[in-house]
Amino acid sequence: MSPSRRIGVRVRVDPIACDAYGYCAELLPERVTLDEWGYPIVDGTPVDAHLVELATRAAAVCPRRAVLLETVMVDR
Amino acid sequence: MSALTLARAERLLPSGPGGNAGPGLDAHLDRHGALRIPTRRDPDWRAGILRAVAASGLVGRGGAGFPAAIKWDSVARRSRRPLVVVNAMEGEPASAKDRVLLAYSPHLVLDGAYVAATAVGASDIVICIADHSQPAAASIEAAIAERRRAGTAVVRASVQRPPGRYVTGEESALVGWLENRRALPSMRTDKSVPVSIGRRPALVHNAETLCQVALIARHGPEWFRGMGTEAAPGSTLVTVTGAVRQPGVLEVELGTPLVEILARAGLDTELSAVLLGGYGGAWLDPSRLSTPYAPAPLAAAGAVQGVGVAIALPATACGVAETARIVRYMAGESAGQCGPCVFGLPAIAVDLEALWAGRAGPGVLERIATRAAAVDGRGACGHPDGVARVVRSALAVFGADAAAHAEGRPCAGHAALTVLTLPEAGPGRWAR
Repeated sequence: MSPSRRIGVRVRVDPIACDAYGYCAELLPERVTLDEWGYPIVDGTPVDAHLVELATRAAAVCPRRAVLLETVMVDR
Repeated sequence: MSALTLARAERLLPSGPGGNAGPGLDAHLDRHGALRIPTRRDPDWRAGILRAVAASGLVGRGGAGFPAAIKWDSVARRSRRPLVVVNAMEGEPASAKDRVLLAYSPHLVLDGAYVAATAVGASDIVICIADHSQPAAASIEAAIAERRRAGTAVVRASVQRPPGRYVTGEESALVGWLENRRALPSMRTDKSVPVSIGRRPALVHNAETLCQVALIARHGPEWFRGMGTEAAPGSTLVTVTGAVRQPGVLEVELGTPLVEILARAGLDTELSAVLLGGYGGAWLDPSRLSTPYAPAPLAAAGAVQGVGVAIALPATACGVAETARIVRYMAGESAGQCGPCVFGLPAIAVDLEALWAGRAGPGVLERIATRAAAVDGRGACGHPDGVARVVRSALAVFGADAAAHAEGRPCAGHAALTVLTLPEAGPGRWAR
């Protein structure tokens, strides 16, 4: 691994599993907003380091387990 | 080369006197010659055909335009024995090419499936034909039986009949049907990983793609590239309907100006637009009819090749009305799994129908555009994306008319007979 890169986290949503509970948007408004029907619109850019914990919580509390976290390589 | 011969290609579909001698094996061998496919492990042959398909530049003809050789490579690399799935579902109601190929050239489809299966080491071929396409299924069943009798059935092949809906031919939906009898798209986190059935990787190809493979196996990549353009080699099938005298499936050289393709189908009237790519495709402005029919030039003109559909909309018709009808149909064909598709498509359809009638309130055009953007890319499959594309193109191509409709002044064509043929609502059935 190049020293200038680190492991980052980005958020995805499984649109089939999602039932518009909306908890992800409450926990992580920096990356998730809701459309007019209450379904999440996800910004897939990696979350800042201080938001990783909230992203993890968003995934953990989703009643449908629809929030997916992907690890990606990002520039430091 | 004259302009007229440029539009004509006769590789897949024979035409002219004596050209169509029937779908039987003898006529097939007379026309195309025999094809040697090894029945035992033959690494040299496998390497050779993989090289030939890569060198041909063949891309899939099912709509996505993915390079065939890359698909083969990713399937052949897996340790488990793959199977080949022939996708002849043709869920796009405006397309007839797969049905035509199965009816008139079933042995070419089989040749291509045998070649692909042997190339990737598959032990089974599954040919998927929509439950309502009985003649196509009967034709391919007869061809398989003929191969067995002739002793040239290289790989075991069977026919499956999934429910014929718009999205049931989508790769993950088709695989879902084969795996668990539910023809619904599924979420794929990484599309570079081949789909699998059970634990076996599946090489899924459109029927036309496999016909092209059968010809590349016979004549080589140089021959294949003897037609088309550097970026888009070969020929392809286009289903031309609408305001033409001879609607049907035409084989054209890629790169042929669209206007020549329409002329070959007997275009003889003023057009307000051409719908390309299917009901999830895009409207093309009539000022752009000289666009070469190939993925890159069509994309640059705001259109798409998709599954190879061109519908000529006469100047007397109303583009707003036709788009409203398309979106209403597409909303009904949603698999009903993803919220933005379930709620967004009917919402867009309602606004378009009000616009069609000239009874929409203020802000309707903005709302339609916003919702088209809102559903784009937000489903597990590309169904909402196709609707977003056709709606966006309608607002661009029929912009002036749409604005007049929005102001309560619908065009003369809004009450005229509609042009597009839309199937009755499906049986609502996704599983057997």
